[in-house]
Amino acid sequence: MNIITSLLPVAAVGISLIGAIFIILTNRRPNLRESVTLLIAVGKFLLVLSMLPTVLAGGGFVFTLAELIPGVPLQLRVDAMGMFFALVASFLWICTSIYSIGYMRALQEHDQTRYYASFAVAISATIGVAFSANLLTLYLFYEMLSLSTYPLVTHERNAEARVSGRKYLTYILGTSIGFALPAMLIVYAIAGTLDFTSGGILSNTGVSPGTVALLLVLFVAGFAKAGIMPFHGWLPAAMVAPTPVSSFLHGVAVVKVGVFSILRVIFDILGPDLLRSLDLGMALTYFVSITILAASLIALTQDNLKRRLAYSTIGQLSYMILGAGMLTAAGMTGGVLHIAMHAFGKITLFFCAGAIYVASHKKYISEMDGLGRQMPITFGAFALGAMSIIGLPPLGGFISKWYLAVGALQADQMPLLLVLLTSSLLNAAYFLPIVYRAFFAPSPAGTAETGIREAPLFCLLPLSVTAICSLALFFYPNVFLRLVEMAIAP
Amino acid sequence: MTSNLPLYVIAAPLLTAFVVNLAGRFWRGSVAILSLGALVFSTISAGLVLQQVLTHGTIHYTVGGWQAPWGIELVIDPLAALMLLLISVVALLATFSALASARQELPGREHLFFTLYLILISGLLGLAVTGDAFNLYVLLEITSITTYCLIAMGKGRAPLASFNYIIMGTIGACFYLLGVGYLYMLTGSLNMADIHGILPGMYGSISVATAFAFLLVGVWIKMAFLPLHGWLPNAYSLAPSSTSVLIAPLMTKVSVFLMIRIIFSIFSPDYAFFQHVGVQHLIVWAAALGILIASGLALAQTDLKRMLSYIIVAEVGYMVGGVWLANTTAMTGAILHIVNDALMTLCLFLAASAIVYRLGDSKLASMKGLYRRMPLTMAAFTIGAFSMIGVPPTAGFFSKWYLILGGIQAGPWAWVYVAALLISSLVNAILFFRIIEIAYFQGGGEHGHDAVPRQEACAWQLSPLLLSAVALLAIGMAAGPLVEHLIIPALPAGF
Repeated sequence: MNIITSLLPVAAVGISLIGAIFIILTNRRPNLRESVTLLIAVGKFLLVLSMLPTVLAGGGFVFTLAELIPGVPLQLRVDAMGMFFALVASFLWICTSIYSIGYMRALQEHDQTRYYASFAVAISATIGVAFSANLLTLYLFYEMLSLSTYPLVTHERNAEARVSGRKYLTYILGTSIGFALPAMLIVYAIAGTLDFTSGGILSNTGVSPGTVALLLVLFVAGFAKAGIMPFHGWLPAAMVAPTPVSSFLHGVAVVKVGVFSILRVIFDILGPDLLRSLDLGMALTYFVSITILAASLIALTQDNLKRRLAYSTIGQLSYMILGAGMLTAAGMTGGVLHIAMHAFGKITLFFCAGAIYVASHKKYISEMDGLGRQMPITFGAFALGAMSIIGLPPLGGFISKWYLAVGALQADQMPLLLVLLTSSLLNAAYFLPIVYRAFFAPSPAGTAETGIREAPLFCLLPLSVTAICSLALFFYPNVFLRLVEMAIAP
Repeated sequence: MTSNLPLYVIAAPLLTAFVVNLAGRFWRGSVAILSLGALVFSTISAGLVLQQVLTHGTIHYTVGGWQAPWGIELVIDPLAALMLLLISVVALLATFSALASARQELPGREHLFFTLYLILISGLLGLAVTGDAFNLYVLLEITSITTYCLIAMGKGRAPLASFNYIIMGTIGACFYLLGVGYLYMLTGSLNMADIHGILPGMYGSISVATAFAFLLVGVWIKMAFLPLHGWLPNAYSLAPSSTSVLIAPLMTKVSVFLMIRIIFSIFSPDYAFFQHVGVQHLIVWAAALGILIASGLALAQTDLKRMLSYIIVAEVGYMVGGVWLANTTAMTGAILHIVNDALMTLCLFLAASAIVYRLGDSKLASMKGLYRRMPLTMAAFTIGAFSMIGVPPTAGFFSKWYLILGGIQAGPWAWVYVAALLISSLVNAILFFRIIEIAYFQGGGEHGHDAVPRQEACAWQLSPLLLSAVALLAIGMAAGPLVEHLIIPALPAGF
């Protein structure tokens, strides 16, 4: 394995951070400002992409930015797992940027400069998390993401946004300082390092089982962005944000940063072997099963489309933790793979929710009867996204759920298989009625001729792309699968 | 020792103080030029002294050539040199802002104000380097008396706050003096190193313990270690902005340094930490309790400066606890926190004075729409706030890191302290985000389409503020080398 010292990861993280400055400078010229946004989005994706061949060939990149604490530098390192996440996030950011332009302009939103600048910082932090070489670097970018998304969540600046912002920070910042920080310090006190090392860094330290259990609890609770109950309350509240924010940050970046952080801790800090020997992985799977089922049940009761999507996200995030917790090859593959599959599916759904709002100003599912006939592309994409989340072939979501099911069988855990099947049924139960009503239910009297048309092209294009990607991932999951295999290989 | 540089660091502001008093009567502009000139000189000299100390080791300077233990000795070890630099840098930055505030708050009296102000600075610098226990008392009184006056120059109830401080401060000074008296009776010496050499033979004596207790309580009152903090919030929040911007960052931090001096240079860590069973634990627990109570009280405040004052009291608990955890990691954290906390407090008080300068008061309720009105000030304020909360990569995160790690290493008995630190970080998050909410959400109209006039603080206040905010980030990013080359060498000897 050849690790190359290179500025590429720094550039990949930093480009949008520098870009944020240009976005602020071009405040008064919206067209130029949006060009900057698109330019850095594409630039970022290309930078990430340029590192892919080396990573696929078993190599990696590393760069040390600063020495922070003895043995713990501020260091970026590109490995298979980070590449996997960065690839998904940076590609979807391009889609989101295009979508943002359509959405924000159609609604004539205020303070767009602040919006785009915060977004650029947030994506930097996301890629930073993906490329972190140690837990401290990850924590740094994790907090940067929490803080940079605060202005996005509270974009509306009204009383509701304020309350949601408060809730958001209380959960996210509170748990990371209260739980993740001490956990990180305990790990450092025991191991003297925080480097992500395949197989974990605590294996040979003679650490007591009680401490490992405590650390697992602290980390799972501390990375509340993963939305595991009871630390999920911020996600539905954060839906007050503009839809592009909900789509990208609360469908992809923020929530998956939480999952990614927990997976990193399981794979590279605590170590699968250690967890397996203490049966902690299984304990974790049963714990998150509660979230999977409960979140799906709550989703059934939500009439607000974005809130239903939010609860669906909470449930799906725990799939990823579930897979990792099984600690079997297939389970871990499924868990990590689901990050990508869910990302493409869920962002499509959120994009659709936003497009519906832009076109018709409708937020509630009960108002959407017959709307599919007026907005066929949007609802077609919605159907694809929903099928992917449910896990139906021929969509990407099927593959990750397949691996998860195999993983449950490998681990010889029938109850987990049952959880997966029940949840898929529940997913179908809360998604398919929306599609059915939109296409087949009669329009409410007097609204059929109001002239609702599809959302602007800038909204339609990204959601079509992501929907098609969901489809394509079923047929061509190879790159992602290869990366995941490399990531979980001991 | 041939170089007189350490003396010049202290003498420059002291001599300038009197020149300012004279020249300022005739030409108002000379106040700024002279004060800044003196402090720039001190800062550069302090930098050179630090460099000398780090390369050639501790400097022992005998004033007037009179040899210790009879003459007055200045001892500039790496820690003292670090303090010299810290004090002069903070004082220099604070002065820019104080000049602007004083012009507004004390028109026509700037020369009087800056006379006291400069004497205070040279007193603080003196405290950092003195190697003589009695001299330390004299310098302590110099700083106290000037501070009383500087606080009393404020409006409204400031004279009363100052009077409270006089009473508490005098009691503290008396305690300290009594402690020195005991030591003199026991050893016949006032030179720290001399006492340090003689004392070990008498460590069993109850008189030594009494002396130690008196000295400690004396400096604890000075640093407002809870429950001896009663005087601080009023004094710091009612003082004129031009005063609080100097004393808030420095006074408590220098007192913590004095505590370290007493423990390590007069007594020894073995005696202080381990001679009396239980005392060490008790003090760390008291510090933890202090952190929690002060953080709680900060929550109840409705005025920015008062809130910051309570945060200072909580931060004192951080440092006292860190020192008394008695391990290298925690001590590293405590010393790093002296530096970091001085800079964060400076940053926040600079922001507070800029806000007072424009708004007339520092009530939280007045801060509506401030992100639009003073965006740069608030940006710097936000960085200062993040540092107080302990968000990486700001400086505050790293000292907290070492302090908590020291607490974990100290063993299960210190978990109270670790918990207190974490809870206090969370409380700080609440405190500052409450302000951010007010300044970000309220005022400025719905959706901010109506233009709030942008009205930044003047350049005199803005430039040091931005500089201090950048410093917080820079120190954070350079935390590794900084600790390795500056803080670790500055750890007190005998540890």
